[in-house]
Amino acid sequence: MSSQHERAPGDDLGPDSRREAIRSGLLTYTVGLALALIFTATSFWAASTGVLWLPGVPIGLAVLAVAQMGIHLVFFLHITTGPDNTNNVLALAFGVLIVALVVGGSLWIMAHLNANMMPSPDLMNLHMQR
Amino acid sequence: MTDTTLPMASHARKDGPASKRIIVAYGFWIFLLSDIIMFSAIFATYAVLVGATDGGPTGAELFDQKRVAIETLCLLFSSYACGMMSLAIEAKHRLATYGAAAVTFALGAVFLTLELSEFAGMIAEGATPQRSAFLSAFFTLVGCHGAHVGFGLLWLVVMMAQLNAKGFRDDVLRRLACFSLFWHALDIIWVALFSIVYLMGGRV
Repeated sequence: MSSQHERAPGDDLGPDSRREAIRSGLLTYTVGLALALIFTATSFWAASTGVLWLPGVPIGLAVLAVAQMGIHLVFFLHITTGPDNTNNVLALAFGVLIVALVVGGSLWIMAHLNANMMPSPDLMNLHMQR
Repeated sequence: MTDTTLPMASHARKDGPASKRIIVAYGFWIFLLSDIIMFSAIFATYAVLVGATDGGPTGAELFDQKRVAIETLCLLFSSYACGMMSLAIEAKHRLATYGAAAVTFALGAVFLTLELSEFAGMIAEGATPQRSAFLSAFFTLVGCHGAHVGFGLLWLVVMMAQLNAKGFRDDVLRRLACFSLFWHALDIIWVALFSIVYLMGGRV
């Protein structure tokens, strides 16, 4: 296993190590699927049940969604913290930064615009709900 | 990243550039991130406009949680089947590869059919994209994801044809690896989508 880094899926592996690799891959995907199913089920339950404190539900859903995205990244897309994965992780971190800026920034600015530029609460009501 | 099953060299990368397989996967990963950033802009638009229903139907009136749950399961299991396809490719097992690809395709097609029938039902009720800013944003966001899924299905068919014609050649394998990255990334976007649009927006 000395020149593993030059090994592409098309290269010839010994039958033993290939079988081993496929078995561990199968385990990874299956664990990922099970975790994703648990998170999905929890999300759908939290959204429909009346047991939970309602104002807290959206935050809970957001946390579950982020957790499930993490599961997908690790178990399906195989983003790891290994040295061979540094570039992938850095690109991901940059992507997350931009996504946070775009979504957070838009919501922040638009909320302020709504608050500052609406003529009066009555009119705003009309505007939003008529 | 794409290298699912092989224990990759975490040591011993002193010599020479990375293999083409790793570089291609990295480039495609950057494309996927840029795609996710595009989606984030559409998500932001949706979040800003979600209350602007102009007296028209709201999400709580329109969304059917059961249908969304089925769609979610379809896409999740399709993603899993795509992982199985990667493993079958690793094993160079032709029949298993075609089988897993067929399952991936079928589940993706069921997802797309359910989504299109949802759209058709909404439009029949008068909840068209023209009705309100909320509905414009909704159709843009969900439709954009659906278009990605449709493109992915087409891509999968093309890849199977290539596999049939060219066999397990290195360039075909790299494209297949990119396809599986694409398919898993679509599932990630769907997680954000069903949480934000359907679950948060569907509550009364």
